[in-house]
Amino acid sequence: MSSKTDRKNLRNGLLFISPWIIGFLLFTAYPLFSSLYYSLTDYNIINEPVWVGLDNYVKLFTGDSLFYKVLYNTLFMIVVGISVTTVGSVFIAILLNNRRIRGLAFFRVVFFLPTLVPLVVLSILWIWVLQPDNGVLNTILGFIGIEGPGWFSSPFWAKPAFVLMALWGSGQMIIIYLAGLQGISDSLYEAASIDGASSWRQVLHITIPMLKPAIVFNVITGMIGTLQSFAESFIITNGGPDGSTMFYSLYLYQNAFQYAKMGYASAMAWILLVIALLITLVLFKLSNGFKAEE
Amino acid sequence: MVSIRTKFKGQSIETYVIYIILILAALAYIIPFLWLISGSLKSNTELFADPPVWIPSEPVWSNYVTAFQQFPFWLYFKNTLYICAMAILGGVLANTLVAYGFSRIEWKGRDALFIVVLMTMMLPFQVTMIPLFVLFQKFGWIGTFKPLVVPAFLGNAYFIFLLRQFFIGIPKELSQPAKVDGASEFRIYWQLTLPLSLPVIITVAIFAFTGAWGDFIGPLVFLSDNKLYTLSLGIQQIMSVNDPRWTLLMAVGVSMTLPVLVIFFLLQKYFIQGITFSGIKG
Repeated sequence: MSSKTDRKNLRNGLLFISPWIIGFLLFTAYPLFSSLYYSLTDYNIINEPVWVGLDNYVKLFTGDSLFYKVLYNTLFMIVVGISVTTVGSVFIAILLNNRRIRGLAFFRVVFFLPTLVPLVVLSILWIWVLQPDNGVLNTILGFIGIEGPGWFSSPFWAKPAFVLMALWGSGQMIIIYLAGLQGISDSLYEAASIDGASSWRQVLHITIPMLKPAIVFNVITGMIGTLQSFAESFIITNGGPDGSTMFYSLYLYQNAFQYAKMGYASAMAWILLVIALLITLVLFKLSNGFKAEE
Repeated sequence: MVSIRTKFKGQSIETYVIYIILILAALAYIIPFLWLISGSLKSNTELFADPPVWIPSEPVWSNYVTAFQQFPFWLYFKNTLYICAMAILGGVLANTLVAYGFSRIEWKGRDALFIVVLMTMMLPFQVTMIPLFVLFQKFGWIGTFKPLVVPAFLGNAYFIFLLRQFFIGIPKELSQPAKVDGASEFRIYWQLTLPLSLPVIITVAIFAFTGAWGDFIGPLVFLSDNKLYTLSLGIQQIMSVNDPRWTLLMAVGVSMTLPVLVIFFLLQKYFIQGITFSGIKG
């Protein structure tokens, strides 16, 4: 290749990606750094930002007890929520990926449908499914003699209610796991069968390790999704009862747009970014990247 | 012989157990939908009845009519449709161009820059939300559709990724002759690459649509004028008043979900492809 073609290609390449370059500079890079700047100021939108150094960060960690509650609530959703959805969706995918099971297409559609419901409708739906008195879940629990909890109105059960919602909406994960399972060669299972390994041992020693790249992918995207999750808690509980569903992005939104504490909220945003990066790095290190295990 | 028979029997029991679990799980996934539909057809008394009414004794179809009349349904529907149309147009136009530049042309620094594209996928919206609001306010865009529409024309990392994966798979031999003949990159993009990429373009269009259709936080932060509200935001605003008419809200909710379901059933293949692509190649 002559340098003339190289130059032409460079010019063309940059020309083609120019929409992204403009979008990146204007709507990603610039906001990213100005949010870092805002986080070091006192800013209420109406007046110019006033420099306060690290005050917002100090206040978050030493003078705002709700912030710790928010961190705990969000961590709960990441640890419990993602564990439950991962186990649930891997389990369903394994059951579906069985030659002897017919109707795969039907089941796949059923498990995927909830992901299509707009968040606002999803919220209405779950408010009524989980009504303490006459909601469908507590009614069914009543049939088998269990008195259902107050769900969204109970400080203890509100977070598990959001976990249930997440489980119901995990159809994308099921699809990804199914695709991952279909990529596992039959010969591995045949060899294990001949060696007399039980189905359970096969799942443990073949399926899960081979599925690892998909699991790491889903856990990381799930974690970032959970950190950003906002609409459901904003609509259904608005953080209540007793702050039990005040999640990170909800508290950030309230500080920014209800209390006009833009600087404080920007500090929260940067802490969020650092948390997301740290968890991603740790997961990556622990799992040795997206590589399947030998 | 005996061992083979027990093994066979064991397997068939296993199959039954799997079916039972799958059917129970499927029911758990379907019932909330049916509950919403049933609720949208109840009278107010039936909705609050305890023990609950499973199937409304006399479906109140007029809930739907009333909802469309009372709630500014058509205005919000029109607004949502406009934002969705722009999201599709911008999503397809901008991202195919960008993905072409990241895959079919070789230039120095391309792959390093693509890593930056991938990294922006990890960036939570909350980090850029406040400066974006300030920026849009300075532009005079708050109270218009622009904050939701303009960015759609300036690239979306996930769509760029999907399209690039597809473009990479198109054999070089197909575009080489055109290049030798002196066709411009733009012609190769427009007349050769795009027609070959219809499946992935449909996937991008679908995700652009469903994303904009159900988006909540974008309209909440950037649309301050209630004449501009989308269906999502409009429903939430009505929910937040005291003692809303739930049956009507459910009727709107069902109506709002239906278009997405129809598109899904018509174009299911593209949905599944789009999702598995990201998961496997990610």
